[in-house]
Amino acid sequence: MELSGGEILVECLKAEGVDTVFGYPGGAVLHIYDALFQQKQVQHVLVRHEQGAVHMADGFARATGKPGVVLVTSGPGATNAVTGIATAHMDSIPLVVFTGQVHSALIGNDAFQEVDNVGITRPCVKHNFMVKDVRDMAETIKKAFYVATTGRPGPVVVDIPKDVTDPKVKVPFEYPEKVAMRSYQPTEKGHSGQIRKAVDLIVNAERPMIYTGGGVILGRAADELTHFTRKLGYPITQTLMGLGAYPASDKQHLGMLGMHGTYEANMGMHHCDVLIAIGARFDDRVTGDLSKFCPYAKIVHVDIDPSSISKNVIVDVPIVGAVKSVLTEMIELINQAGGAKKTKELETWWDQIEQWRGMKCLDYKWSDDIIKPQYVVQKLWEVTGGDAFVTSDVGQHQMWAAQYYGFNKPHRWINSGGLGTMGFGLPAALGAKWAFPDEEVACVTGEGSIQMCSQELSTALQYQLPIKIVSLNNGYLGMVRQWQEFFYSGRYAMSYMESLPDFVKLAESYGHVGMRIEKPSDVEGALREAFAMKDRLVFMDFQTDPEENVYPMVPAGAGLNEMILL
Amino acid sequence: MRHIISILMENEAGALSRVAGLFSARGYNIESLCVAPTHDESLSRLTLVTSGDEQVIEQIVKQLNKLIDVVKVQDMADTAHIERELMLVKLQAFDGVREEVYRLADIFRGQIIDVTESSYTVQLVGPGSKLDAFIDALGSTPVVEIVRSGALGISRGPRGMLVPEV
Repeated sequence: MELSGGEILVECLKAEGVDTVFGYPGGAVLHIYDALFQQKQVQHVLVRHEQGAVHMADGFARATGKPGVVLVTSGPGATNAVTGIATAHMDSIPLVVFTGQVHSALIGNDAFQEVDNVGITRPCVKHNFMVKDVRDMAETIKKAFYVATTGRPGPVVVDIPKDVTDPKVKVPFEYPEKVAMRSYQPTEKGHSGQIRKAVDLIVNAERPMIYTGGGVILGRAADELTHFTRKLGYPITQTLMGLGAYPASDKQHLGMLGMHGTYEANMGMHHCDVLIAIGARFDDRVTGDLSKFCPYAKIVHVDIDPSSISKNVIVDVPIVGAVKSVLTEMIELINQAGGAKKTKELETWWDQIEQWRGMKCLDYKWSDDIIKPQYVVQKLWEVTGGDAFVTSDVGQHQMWAAQYYGFNKPHRWINSGGLGTMGFGLPAALGAKWAFPDEEVACVTGEGSIQMCSQELSTALQYQLPIKIVSLNNGYLGMVRQWQEFFYSGRYAMSYMESLPDFVKLAESYGHVGMRIEKPSDVEGALREAFAMKDRLVFMDFQTDPEENVYPMVPAGAGLNEMILL
Repeated sequence: MRHIISILMENEAGALSRVAGLFSARGYNIESLCVAPTHDESLSRLTLVTSGDEQVIEQIVKQLNKLIDVVKVQDMADTAHIERELMLVKLQAFDGVREEVYRLADIFRGQIIDVTESSYTVQLVGPGSKLDAFIDALGSTPVVEIVRSGALGISRGPRGMLVPEV
């Protein structure tokens, strides 16, 4: 079969089982768009800004576990995509991003809409390629999907000069069935000696703590984690990226840890004698001051990426391998060992944990007059039965969503944890809704974040994606204001947003439903009304307490045991 | 501590910039960097000299291995090895000091590879410390310019860096 470069790209997508491309056309990718237009199998979602395309593909990928695919043009198309690519990179999300490039003969000549896209994206991708010859197209795309989805996943950019997709140049096409790279061979199976050593430490722990991250979700190991944790009967805490892998409603779950983690989780971390870190990377928002981190603990660390191990915290038993495979082996060894051994000490440990839990660190002051943002999230949980896909933007609302929406399933909590990208929530929600049209999808956001990608409200109408936007509008860039209150003596430099749009009218102008909710007594009713409108996007503008803070909090530079409680 | 790190990479466009970019992005220090093709056309060998404590060097090796184009990384400090660097030094050599410079080059087993009435250019090969010692020994002899290749390293014994099979 002889095909042009554009046709080859489309055929490769079909071969990879890709059903949707999120993108935006432009000069350098016109040949590819023409090839896309002439077939039905691979659908295209036209966004309103390339950043939105990448976030949408990212939300799709996080919700489904499949790679997200993006197609944008050269120059500004590619640079607009960079924030989305960096967002996916920081959270290890598998994406394949096709960027157009100017004609090969023009590269380096400062041509119209030319940027060195391979150069610009190099530090924020797992890998990138430029296809210089149409004969290399199929193999390069095969490699791109392979690299993006295996090992520690991540975004891969494929830059394609316009002449490589010239419809007049046809070459024989065959999609390679397999790909092997001598320079890239990720480790799947953990070292059995290390696993045995770890299990010995684990079953003999007196004050154990299981600390898990996004790697469990990316590695599809939620079932194994749940089995492992229940078998041991140990307390577990999950990072912002890990929420949902282990059910939040379970008694063994202590909630999220870190800067805005629960008191019981952080105190448990500080006092444990064996820390079992699984698919987590000891991020600074989790550890607080490294010199005060887990001072009494022997640390076991399971991670597929060797460079995550002993990067921030030196560990005692490192295990490089896929979380699923390592946990499966560990469970077998734990069974052989007859489970946890230190029954008496564990009882004392749980008593201590229950005391910490008794502090009820997530309680907040109720008001009859003004809406508390935490209450909105709690009601959102009730109205959706705790079973919705929830995306968020970045800031206070993100923390409240993480703290008060107890996720019981993996892939349901979708947020930009690593890069912290405002503007992520709305397009990511649309990507999730595209993947799961029959499921409820809510975007918890704020009046600051939503304005960073609100143009995608238009995409939502075009493709009938009736998500629900829960905007916690406090008039401030809340997290900035909170830090200014705590650490800058209340000098609220540029964190108050004047001249906000009328969000109800904004939603209506895009053809959606808008609601403005001002009283606590109206919160639940509004949510129920909104979710009852199955086929409409509803923008709920909740007027919330402007000076509410996120508690508890570990101030930057403090240890996990030095929390500020309400 | 100073480490010589040898890297085998796929001989692809932009491979060098991936390594250089990694070092600048993560704040690692590069003392010297040297890259050239090998007997295997598909590979290029990159030798760099860096310094850091054990944890930093471990991270550097891991981060290098994480680059998709990197085939093999070896920290030469882990093995018995030979280090060599090439230096070219152009010196002002007027009557009165010419003899002294000539003798000095000879003591360091250097060769004079270019001569004018007022200058010598000396070629010297050895580990970095020997080249440093030569520069120190020159004392007040005026240096016009110095060019150094950066260190190269190779392990002792019959075995070479193994390329993993596909």
